[in-house]
Amino acid sequence: MTNLEKYNKVFQVILKKEGEELKELRYRGVPEWDSMGHMNLVGELEEKFDIMLDTPDMLAFSSYEKGKEILKKYGVEIEKEDA
Amino acid sequence: MYFFEEQVLDKDRIYLRSEKEGSVTYGELDCFCKEMGTHMEKRTLVFLLCQNTAGSVLGYIACLRNRVVPLLLDCKMDYNMLKDLICHYEPDYVFAPKGHQGYSPDERTQLVYEAYGYNLYDISKETETKLNEDLALLLTTSGSTGSPKLVRQSYENIQSNAESIVEYLELNEKERPISTLPMNYTYGLSIINSHTLCGATILLTEHTMFEHEFWEYFKAEEATSFGGVPFTYEMLKRIQFFHMDLPSLRTMTQAGGKLSRALQKEFALYAIKAGVKFVIMYGQTEATARMSWLPPECVLEKAGSIGISIPGGAFSIVDGELVYEGKNVTLGYAKCKEDLAKKDERHGVLYTGDLARKDEDGFYYITGRKKRFLKILGSRVNLDEIEQILKGRYKDVCFACTGVDDRLDIFVEKGAGLCSEEIVDFISKKIKMNDGVLQVRQIDSIPLNHSGKIHYRELEEM
Repeated sequence: MTNLEKYNKVFQVILKKEGEELKELRYRGVPEWDSMGHMNLVGELEEKFDIMLDTPDMLAFSSYEKGKEILKKYGVEIEKEDA
Repeated sequence: MYFFEEQVLDKDRIYLRSEKEGSVTYGELDCFCKEMGTHMEKRTLVFLLCQNTAGSVLGYIACLRNRVVPLLLDCKMDYNMLKDLICHYEPDYVFAPKGHQGYSPDERTQLVYEAYGYNLYDISKETETKLNEDLALLLTTSGSTGSPKLVRQSYENIQSNAESIVEYLELNEKERPISTLPMNYTYGLSIINSHTLCGATILLTEHTMFEHEFWEYFKAEEATSFGGVPFTYEMLKRIQFFHMDLPSLRTMTQAGGKLSRALQKEFALYAIKAGVKFVIMYGQTEATARMSWLPPECVLEKAGSIGISIPGGAFSIVDGELVYEGKNVTLGYAKCKEDLAKKDERHGVLYTGDLARKDEDGFYYITGRKKRFLKILGSRVNLDEIEQILKGRYKDVCFACTGVDDRLDIFVEKGAGLCSEEIVDFISKKIKMNDGVLQVRQIDSIPLNHSGKIHYRELEEM
């Protein structure tokens, strides 16, 4: 499984979003991604990628796309999607 | 004098600081209330779609001051639930944020006033709204299931509770609480009420503690206090709140369910070190908001206790159940529009439904609940109601719900062949709860006791 697939899978499991819905996904933008959703999402990503996010990064994790940039800092490179 | 009435103080004092709309002074509040009052008939019903912005708070105070009764609802509430409630209670007006997706006017409604990003719609109807003269305010009981059951609060209820809170928290005009809870939730509203009473400045933000913007605003505006439900404190721990530098913070309050022993201790120790008051409290919408508080100096010694009754209130224990007496005990419930004319049905006495004990120093401890409900994110969820909702959707299937606070377990028999994810999806949408709090457990058979009733204790141990 690629990192992108793993990343998307976490969003699908925790927030029930997939495919085209992901790109525009933002914290507080959908009912599923509320504070509890955020806590679970970050927890699941930490587990799946075996990392631990710092507070500033957890607070900056405001969207699906932003999350990819943040994970990069932890050595997790999310592959670009095929155009 | 009531807290929502015009106060004799410096009119240039700042009442609200809103991240979106800037400052609103107490003088501007007075002007707004007068103006909005000219567009509403007295003793009518308004649906107020709430958010943590200036328009929402001003609209609420204007309703109280003009003796118009608001029902406070979450502005993000499901549109169909809102429509059902409108049919059920037939409000005279709706006060909603501009461009609100859920509420769009039809031929019966007319936009009569706009200010601070809110629109006031007049809904013409044939029948006259009949309201009891003491009725000030309506709140939902759970906030999430769209149930039409409301709590009826009187002017005396909200005033006495606000006075009591100001007294035990020693609030004054220097306070600057920051919004962390929805204002349609009784705990969030009690913060607005008590701080309006003491002439403080309320900081309003729509951002949550999981966003940088919240903390930047907190620091820039020098917030002095916030309130939180147990989940709020879990969030705070997760984002390493203990390492933040917040010199303006003076008070943290906690209510809406029981905080775990471990978290309570951690926050208590932090509070001592940081010179902050950490106040654990207990309440219900049926008691306006607050019934007890744990004086902060006792928080370690009396860990797990809800403390003592608030000034003006008194507890007793009747057959194991905690009973509260005080002026903040609300009038009763409303289930239909005719009930809005009902008189006080409780006469100052509330059977809380919580089981309790008292220690030798007079501190109270909640030991269990008489009825089967959980608190999820501070809101009450009735387990029997969830079972009914499930049975309504899946005919002839047996369900049993149990759980602990912030986690609801739904048991279903494997033989029914239902998909767990589908059940989670259905219930989380129905009760407007994040599905992370739900867990479906497929079991061979639901255990029954000898009288044929569900054996919940056995399920809890599975």
